[in-house]
Amino acid sequence: MSNVKYSESHEWFSVNGDEVTVGITEFAQSQLGDVVFVELPEAGTELSAGDEVAVIESVKAAGDISLPFAATVIAINAALPDEPELVNSDPMGAGWFMRVRPENPADLDNLLSADAYAALVDSE
Amino acid sequence: MSNEARKTPLYDLHVELGGKMVPFAGYAMPIQYRAGIVQEHLHTREAVGVFDVSHMGQLVVSGSDAATALEKLLPIDVQALEINQQCYAVMTSETGGILDDLIITRWAENEFFLVVNAATAAADIAHLQQHLRGCDIRVLGQQALLAVQGPKAGELIGELAPATRALTFMHGTRVELFGTDCYVTRSGYTGEDGFEISVAASAVESVARKLLEDGRVQMIGLGARDTLRLEAGLCLYGNDMDSSTTPVEASLLWSIAKPRRADGAKAGGFLGADVVLGQIAEGVARKRVGFSVEGKIPVRAGADVIDEAGDVVGKFTSGGYGPTLGAAIGMGYVDRGYEKIGTGLQALVRGKAIPIVVARTPFVPQRYYRG
Repeated sequence: MSNVKYSESHEWFSVNGDEVTVGITEFAQSQLGDVVFVELPEAGTELSAGDEVAVIESVKAAGDISLPFAATVIAINAALPDEPELVNSDPMGAGWFMRVRPENPADLDNLLSADAYAALVDSE
Repeated sequence: MSNEARKTPLYDLHVELGGKMVPFAGYAMPIQYRAGIVQEHLHTREAVGVFDVSHMGQLVVSGSDAATALEKLLPIDVQALEINQQCYAVMTSETGGILDDLIITRWAENEFFLVVNAATAAADIAHLQQHLRGCDIRVLGQQALLAVQGPKAGELIGELAPATRALTFMHGTRVELFGTDCYVTRSGYTGEDGFEISVAASAVESVARKLLEDGRVQMIGLGARDTLRLEAGLCLYGNDMDSSTTPVEASLLWSIAKPRRADGAKAGGFLGADVVLGQIAEGVARKRVGFSVEGKIPVRAGADVIDEAGDVVGKFTSGGYGPTLGAAIGMGYVDRGYEKIGTGLQALVRGKAIPIVVARTPFVPQRYYRG
């Protein structure tokens, strides 16, 4: 899992060649609580760094996902709108949100390593 | 005053059970435990949920003139309450606004027990002291309060205290639970059968732990308390009504006793009666209604409601996901002319118009025990 990187806003990014799969971390899902609604972008959407790309609503709160780099959405997890609870039960697996192609792969170097992310979570 | 959140006597138990503690009305309260809001909600609808509501204010108003005096502040028939009978009431202001909503129980001919909201308790006490000069107002600061709610609550509490089996909705009795003196009423705010148990703060943890030993019982946090009351169509003070809304606007007309209305035997005579009775006669410009939301997207408090032309005609005051319904629901206010059940409108969520329909409440049938 050394090719998984993290953001300070609790998203994970699994890098596979020039594609990156995006989801929220175990810590993020535990903070959100029961997820009841997920809104995803359409494949082909072009995003600038910082754009809000998906909405997650739990019973108690609304959250969003933004990408810290520019990218194009190439696929979404079509199961999520009908089964948003996958985000709770398997956030790092079946609860993935989308696959994107970063505009500039070097941007990924700015993301956190697993160790750096674990230290961040410990401090929260 | 310190900013530090107050703790109820069950604070340590909440933390031990994995409660996520959040600030609520000046107290540190559990929004959920490890099971999470959805499971806690569903458990309460299937078995028994125990809620710590010790943050709520418990007051006793007494005096030779207490019943008559209370009628100046509450538009209900206080004098008609039997001993150990209770009633929901709004406390109105001089302009007909709702200062608080509460449950009043007649403990004796001249003694009444009031349970009021935590956030408004201090203002309520001041208001009672100002208007009920001949009465004694006592704050039960050393009493805790547990709500025991769900379809199996009747059998559970009945096994522990057989005298409670005869209690019907909105009646109370003094019993012993696990050897501890308690005042138990058949009431609650989840739409389910259940009880509220007033017990000494020093004994509440032991009572709660003993209740939790039963396999039917689970602790439930504030998050599920909110989704349960919303499905039951019950208002949350501070969200769905406040001092700027009247009981007529808040669709709480049922809480104004018949004898206190314009053609009643003791019409008016409560603060704001001219405004409230005038609104009953002439109607109001806006009214609280329920909303069912199309699709799964939660529409939350504060969302604007628009008509076909895109004009704002209302606002959500509560809203979210109803776990028993598996759907998004809400309540809020709409302008006159839009309040009819079945009226199609839209709610604005992040700039997107979501179809909604004015819906009958409760969303989930209430299952109170009426004998």
